[in-house]
Amino acid sequence: MKRKILVVASAGGHWHQACQITEALPAEDLFFVTTMDELPQMDGKAPFAIVADCNKNTPFRFLLCIGQAVSCLLRQRPDVVISTGALPGFAFIMIAHFLRIRTIWIDSVANAEEPSLAGQKARRFSTLWLSQWKHVADQVGGRFEGSVL
Amino acid sequence: MIFVTVGTQLPFPRLMGWVDAIAARNALDVFAQTAEPNGAYRQIRHQPFVTPQEYDSIIADTRLIVGHAGIGTILTAKQKNLPLIIVPRRADRGEHRNDHQLATARNLTGHRGVHVAQSESELEAYLIAPTLESAFIEATPAKIALQTFVRDWIYR
Repeated sequence: MKRKILVVASAGGHWHQACQITEALPAEDLFFVTTMDELPQMDGKAPFAIVADCNKNTPFRFLLCIGQAVSCLLRQRPDVVISTGALPGFAFIMIAHFLRIRTIWIDSVANAEEPSLAGQKARRFSTLWLSQWKHVADQVGGRFEGSVL
Repeated sequence: MIFVTVGTQLPFPRLMGWVDAIAARNALDVFAQTAEPNGAYRQIRHQPFVTPQEYDSIIADTRLIVGHAGIGTILTAKQKNLPLIIVPRRADRGEHRNDHQLATARNLTGHRGVHVAQSESELEAYLIAPTLESAFIEATPAKIALQTFVRDWIYR
């Protein structure tokens, strides 16, 4: 059955990992969201939307990103939201949860000791929460099902 | 040139000392990002940090990366198809809080193009090798497992 899948990842390592993990999914089911224009075009990912980049030190931009998440999710109405991080991905996961959309958090492989801050926040809003390290998954009752490495 | 990078969080003087000595013995062209504001290395070009723009132009000139076992470094080498030599940080030398980089290095055993050096002589052997295999984004069993699990979960 066809699904609509929203893939949210900040520019950089989060984006690269999201692309690698979702390359096995049907391309026509995917909609990408990232924080840097030119990136989806460069990697041939479409359709896509660009949202504000934010981190824990930019509360105003985080609120802006929340607003963009609400608007994007209401417009796209995906069946599933996947994010590898960081804080913009958390915004989408949280809003998707309140809209009763299934959510998958995949913590970045860079978080080899403990879950990312955004991942910890996303834990309670994620239908499925994965770490790419078994010992990190075990810390928060998440699952380990493989890694991009 | 050879690009040495130790990430942004902690310096790694043991590695930098080795690289400086090896570069002197073998006349190697090295640029290093040291995370050390007062690094005093004589045989290599170095600076504490690089901007993202500098990083891109450095990578464009790089034929070989040497780094700590940081995930960012490993992903860069694989994406850019460059040979990678990693020297894991060790907690018993005060180089990190714990030995997770030794674990990361063990996990990378068998990844083509990723070469692990635990000593100055091992590092030197890799650095003067006439050819060194490049890293690349591999369809490893762990990656296929993750892709398959996510796909099956969504389309179950």
